[in-house]
This record gives sequence, C-alpha cells and structure tokens, in this order.
Amino acid sequence: MITLEHYLAVAAVLFTIGIFGIFVNRKNVIIILMSIELMLLAVNINFVAFSTHLNDLVGQIFTLFVLTVAAAEAAIGLAILVCFFRNRGTIAVEDVNVMKG
Amino acid sequence: MGITAIAFYLFAFTAIASGFLVVLARNPVHSVLWLILTFFSAAGLFVLMGAEYVAMLLAIVYVGAVAVLFLFVVMMLDVDFVELKSGISKYMPLGLLIGAVLLMELGLVFGHWNFAEDAQNLRAAVAPNMAETHNTLALGKLIYTDYIYMFQASGMILLVAMIGAIVLTLRHRKDVKRQVIADQILRDPKDAMELKDVKSGQGL
Repeated sequence: MITLEHYLAVAAVLFTIGIFGIFVNRKNVIIILMSIELMLLAVNINFVAFSTHLNDLVGQIFTLFVLTVAAAEAAIGLAILVCFFRNRGTIAVEDVNVMKG
Repeated sequence: MGITAIAFYLFAFTAIASGFLVVLARNPVHSVLWLILTFFSAAGLFVLMGAEYVAMLLAIVYVGAVAVLFLFVVMMLDVDFVELKSGISKYMPLGLLIGAVLLMELGLVFGHWNFAEDAQNLRAAVAPNMAETHNTLALGKLIYTDYIYMFQASGMILLVAMIGAIVLTLRHRKDVKRQVIADQILRDPKDAMELKDVKSGQGL
C-alpha cells in the first residue's frame, strides 16, 4: 500500500538532490538553474501529495502557480545567462563580478 | 505487491536516479535529457496520485517548454564545460555533508508529524467525488471561479517574463542593413522618379 509518506519521501530526496547539485556544480550556472527546477518539482510533488490525500484541490491549483513562476524564472534566468555570455564569453559563476558586489 | 506499488517504485526510483544524474552528468546536454526523464517520472507519480491535469501540465510545460529552452541554451552557448566541471571533486564532500544533514532533518520530521485536529474542516476546496467527475473538470471549475484573479495574475507574470526575456536578449547590430519603414513612407515620389512623355516612334 502506497501511503502519503512514500510520496513525501520521494519529494524530500529530490529536494536534497537539488541542494546537493547547487553545492557540487558551483561553477556552472546552467546546472544550478536545473537544480532549482528539481527543487521546485519536489515542492510540487509535496503539494499534490497532500492535495490528493486530503481531497483538497487548492494544493493542485497552487502547483499550477508554482509551475508558472518556475517557467518564468527559467526564461528570465536563461535570458540573463545568454546576455552575460555575449558580453563576457564565459558563464562561470566566479567571473560574475561586473557589479563588484 | 499490487500494480500501483510496482508503478510507484518504478517512477520513484527513475525520478531519483535521473535527478542524481542531472547534477552529476559530465555533459550538460545529458543533464537536460536526464531532467526531462525526471519530469516524466514525476508526471507518472502525479497520475498515480490521481492528479492527471497537473501531470499533463508537467509534461507540456516542463518537458515541452522549460527543458527545451535549457537544451537550446546549452547547445547555443560555446562554453568549455570541462573547465566548469573541474571543481566538482573539491566541492563534493561539502555537498554530500549538507545533503546528508538536510536529508536527516527531513527524516526527523517524518518521524513525528500528524495532521492537525481539524485538518479535514480547514480544507478550502473539497474535491468532488471523482467517480462522478474528473480531475481536470473539477480544477477548471475552481480556477475559473474562485481563483480567477490569481490565474490572471499568473498570466501577467508570464507576459512580464516574456517581455523581459526579449528585452534582455534582443540586440541591434550596427553592421546589418535594416528596413526603416519611416524613411520609406516619407520618401517623396517626385525625387524618386521622373515622368517622361515619349513620342511615338521616337524613343528617348
């Protein structure tokens, strides 16, 4: 019998993989963006798991909004990346110091 | 073990394994392909939970749009990815440590949690009986009524993101000849052509 905890465990492991990916691929912005997508996916799995378990549809509606924001974030992030690559010829995170922050 | 359990373990294992390969693959193109597999397995999990609409949305939006966008960018940028991978063994112990700590914390939460006493009464939108209707219909009835403003707001977010992405990546190259419509319209026909009255049999 597959219970709610099974789904929550999968989501927890996926979220941890996302965090792990950010720490491991510290130089490569593209993989960092993909790791963020993985974390958002884990959050979505949590939302849908609780939603279907409690028979409350609001969780699935919120998943829709998370998906929208994730898509917008990926588009803007990649646009910034392309723009940066055009100006600097690299995407290494350590070289991002134009603003001296 | 029923068919549901087999399907669950299949999808869960695929999602986790391909999630690992997303962050560990050498080639970023492979990373994107593993990401697509992760999204598909997550969509399978959603179908198992009974949320078909979100599952299809995941397949269309994530696989069809976001992952393809990633693929385009990875293939378009001429980056030395081997150099970017060079620090991976240096950062691995810290990453593993933080991952283990986080997983342990989440595991501790799993050990001690319960639904609130009145969780059943606090539900905002109780799902109708799924034998009579289906998931997409029930969701549509909610999104287009109670959540219409938030739905519109998410549309605005996408519009702003689209404009932002276009503004960021659009560039005007100086060395390319372009059509200037104002110049074309403002051109005077008197300057451009001359009317000659040609007598017959003579020519110009």
